[in-house]
Amino acid sequence: MADSAINDAFVEFDRVQKSYDGENLVVKDLNLSLPKGEFLTMLGPSGSGKTTCLMMLAGFETATHGEIRLDGREINNIPPHKRGIGMVFQNYALFPHMTIAENLSFPLEVRKFGKSEREAKIKRALDMVEMGSFGSRRPAQLSGGQQQRVALARALVFEPELVLMDEPLGALDKQLREKMQFEITHLAHTLGITTVYVTHDQTEALTMSDRVAVFDDGRIQQLAPPDKLYEEPENSFVAQFIGENNTLEGVVKEINNGVALVQLDGGELIDAKPINVSKPGERTRVSIRPERVEYNKERMQEGAHTLKAEVLEFIYMGDIFRTRLRVAGNDEFVVKTRNAPDQVRLKPGEQIEIGWLPEDCRALDA
Amino acid sequence: MSDTTQTGPVLAADGTPLKRSLARALRMQKIRALMLIAPLLLFVLLTFILPIADMLFRSVENQIVSETLPRTVVALKDWDASSGETPDEAVYAALAEDMKIAAQAKLHTRVGSRLNYEKPGISSLFRKAGRKVKKWDIENDGPFKEKFLDLHKGWGDPDVWRTIQTYSPKFTNGYFLNAADMQKGADGAEMRPENERIYWTLFKRTLFMSLVITTSCIVLGYPVAWILANLPSKSANLLMILVLLPFWTSLLVRTSAWKVMLQQQGVINDTLVWLGLVADDARLVMINNQFGTIVAMTHILLPFMILPMYSVMQTINPTYLRAAKSLGATNWTSFWRVYFPQSVPGIGAGSILVFILSIGYYITPELVGGTKGVFISNRIAFHISTSLNWGLAAALGAILLAVVLLLYYAYDKIVGIDNVKLG
Repeated sequence: MADSAINDAFVEFDRVQKSYDGENLVVKDLNLSLPKGEFLTMLGPSGSGKTTCLMMLAGFETATHGEIRLDGREINNIPPHKRGIGMVFQNYALFPHMTIAENLSFPLEVRKFGKSEREAKIKRALDMVEMGSFGSRRPAQLSGGQQQRVALARALVFEPELVLMDEPLGALDKQLREKMQFEITHLAHTLGITTVYVTHDQTEALTMSDRVAVFDDGRIQQLAPPDKLYEEPENSFVAQFIGENNTLEGVVKEINNGVALVQLDGGELIDAKPINVSKPGERTRVSIRPERVEYNKERMQEGAHTLKAEVLEFIYMGDIFRTRLRVAGNDEFVVKTRNAPDQVRLKPGEQIEIGWLPEDCRALDA
Repeated sequence: MSDTTQTGPVLAADGTPLKRSLARALRMQKIRALMLIAPLLLFVLLTFILPIADMLFRSVENQIVSETLPRTVVALKDWDASSGETPDEAVYAALAEDMKIAAQAKLHTRVGSRLNYEKPGISSLFRKAGRKVKKWDIENDGPFKEKFLDLHKGWGDPDVWRTIQTYSPKFTNGYFLNAADMQKGADGAEMRPENERIYWTLFKRTLFMSLVITTSCIVLGYPVAWILANLPSKSANLLMILVLLPFWTSLLVRTSAWKVMLQQQGVINDTLVWLGLVADDARLVMINNQFGTIVAMTHILLPFMILPMYSVMQTINPTYLRAAKSLGATNWTSFWRVYFPQSVPGIGAGSILVFILSIGYYITPELVGGTKGVFISNRIAFHISTSLNWGLAAALGAILLAVVLLLYYAYDKIVGIDNVKLG
């Protein structure tokens, strides 16, 4: 996909590097291109370089090496105020000495719009985020969620084609955050705006984005749509970082017809799908998602691979059961099962047999 | 519903009114708080509030005339000052009696100098008269009118008598009139002749120069405060020491340093002459005038401007500037429309501080101000310690205090005191 997107790329990072001190690279060789209208999320732990990338795109940091292109034009040397990129900041950065309407009027005034046109645009933008009646309030008089909406309206009021968001929902409580996640994606898609969104919250990244770029150590570890990212992680960092994940360590014995035979450290032999292991003798981490593991014999699918396990803990979570097991010497092996009427509730100490399909089991780098 | 059940005050569990119950519960706390501040309160009361009140009272107090010359004051009551004639014998007789008692108690010269503030020359009239009157026999030596006129023809001047009459009440607005360049003429208050109006000029100059000093402090201090607030804390601390350094140096030393710098044979003039920018016989006059006072005081008061500005700027999140730029504003627009308005409370706090400090400043104008660069406070000091006219000094001080309070009030109305932040 990345290759085909090159031609109609709207935002492009071309071999971009960034160093603050001249000794360490915060961003190492970043190549990324996204087409118009895409919602791309940069996801990663803090210090992974994602915010630096965003700031380079906004123009607040300069790239040490490489080119950043917007709509085919190199923007490395264009100051931020001439880039015409809308931005939503982590703490909203609403100007405290101006009313909401004045905050929204600001980008229009510096663009020399007439008064009536300004008012029409402000009204439209505020209505869009359902804050139409708040124009005369000051930011301090609004709740966090309302400030968030206003910040969004302000970033959109001058109709930029690209909007950057730097962890905009970080300060909101869980319920409000989920509501805003939906609203932001909805708005972005309705308006057809290209969005680059930075977050360290993987749920947010999965639910909102068209594609997610997982950052670690200054590099993109994987760039893929959410479902692919979750189901087909390309390395163990991504597998660990996105969602919950069970890992079993071992050594590759042989690879045949796209199936790897792995000997776990406990001596058990299992089949796995080789992802980034290439030859026998290599150490590997085998990754299985907790919801792909089954312990109910009647539900076990044909061809499932089975292992012995001991129940350590059973947690009732309402919609699901979370069972912690000891499998092949790993005490942190977790199984998630749906709370169905015929579902078995396990007790600590029980000896059971668990199973999964070999294609759900991925042999990744160690 | 509750209206019918609870008509009276809310009651506590034991039936006493809740308010009284609460007051009792809080009383111990209040007493303890009061005890804690009592030493300081007492100290401030005794050393600050009472002396100031006493000084301010002196600006209207005028008991000395009626206390020292009680009979004369009574006798003068019916005399018509506008007639242009001297009072009759009864008044002179009363004066002779009062003067004799006063001279024996050696009080006559005090009245003389008090009245001398209002009409120069009276002091010597009283001094001479006192010496002679002591030997008079009040019962038999009359009539006294001629005797007084023999002593000095000044006793026949209706103006002298008018002055005594005017200042016989226990309280007077004379000091205030004087402080406002006015005097009590035959027809009530009138302006003094042009060439005698010094206080009005001094007040205007004090206000004007304080404004200039405040403005130059803002202009010089703002960029420094901005840099302080935006540097990484390590270098900011170093810079802060440089800002605070003057604070740790004696005021006199700093003022004297300016004397060295600014005088005609001083460092700046020498350098300019050496560079050939100024001719040796046309050295700049930079001291003992308003320029010297403004330069020295700006330097001395600068930290009072920088510190409040700095503490306010520190609270302004740099993201605001980024946000403004991302919205399309140039560097200047971002600063002017987003950063500057948020730093105004700091400017306000610094300005009040510097303005009020400079309006009452004394040492620096005294040392580098010459005659053209002195403030009203220097005149007050003159009346306190040299001319000993404490009443006038008190009146000038009261006016100064009133002006400051008025400006503070106006500032509160225009800018709002809530907008002033010291940190």
